[in-house]
Amino acid sequence: MARPMKIRARLVGDYTDIRVLMAHPMETGQRKVKGKVVPAHFIENVTVKVNGKTVIEAQTSQAVSRNPVFAFRAKGGAKGDKVEIGWVDNEGERNSLESAVD
Amino acid sequence: MNEGRRVVLRSAGATGALVAALAAGLLKPERALAVNWDKSAFRQKSAADALRSIGAQDAEKSGKVMLDVPEIAENGAVVPVEITSHIPGTTSIAVVIDKNPFPLTSRFSFEEGALPYVKLNVKMGQSSDIRAIAEANGKHYVAMKGVKVTIGGCGG
Repeated sequence: MARPMKIRARLVGDYTDIRVLMAHPMETGQRKVKGKVVPAHFIENVTVKVNGKTVIEAQTSQAVSRNPVFAFRAKGGAKGDKVEIGWVDNEGERNSLESAVD
Repeated sequence: MNEGRRVVLRSAGATGALVAALAAGLLKPERALAVNWDKSAFRQKSAADALRSIGAQDAEKSGKVMLDVPEIAENGAVVPVEITSHIPGTTSIAVVIDKNPFPLTSRFSFEEGALPYVKLNVKMGQSSDIRAIAEANGKHYVAMKGVKVTIGGCGG
């Protein structure tokens, strides 16, 4: 089951403001439910591509909040540029989404 | 996961038990999917060790690393952090929360075409200093601010 994502990319003056929301539990591995530890389950890698070229690569830990939201900035840009963001978690689950700059 | 595996290994004794454990899905083959995750850095338990593991133990304090965090976070589960580096040639930004069980929170690498900026939400177990570490031309620069947490975000 793919976990939903949302991207909004907007041209703001001389840069592109990129915002992404990823639905993910981001379990720390420290939380207990009825005395049982909930196993760690979190996004480890996030990649941001603009027009097919990787511009940002992130490594993340369980300390990023649940349903992560990130804001990034790409130099320049133009309306219609393709922004693709993908993630992989510690269980090998992944998702990605492409959106156009507006 | 790893602790579970140790227990299995210790108690197994015979390969038969291991095979059974494998078949039962208790032991997953080491994943090869997340190619680029610095496990040793993310597993450090003190801020000093976490900084050392990313080569930032001698990071220089810099007013050009802008770190925006709330002074008081009512909810430690969602603490907004915004970082901009005004140091030319910044290639990465890392976020370290001193008093979290695993202080290194995230690390962002910026390629050509990206501005050294990031905003995210992090979890804080208790009041702590937060450090933003920018790397430029092989040197590390740090900005640090304290955040008071009224409800911790790690115990759930």
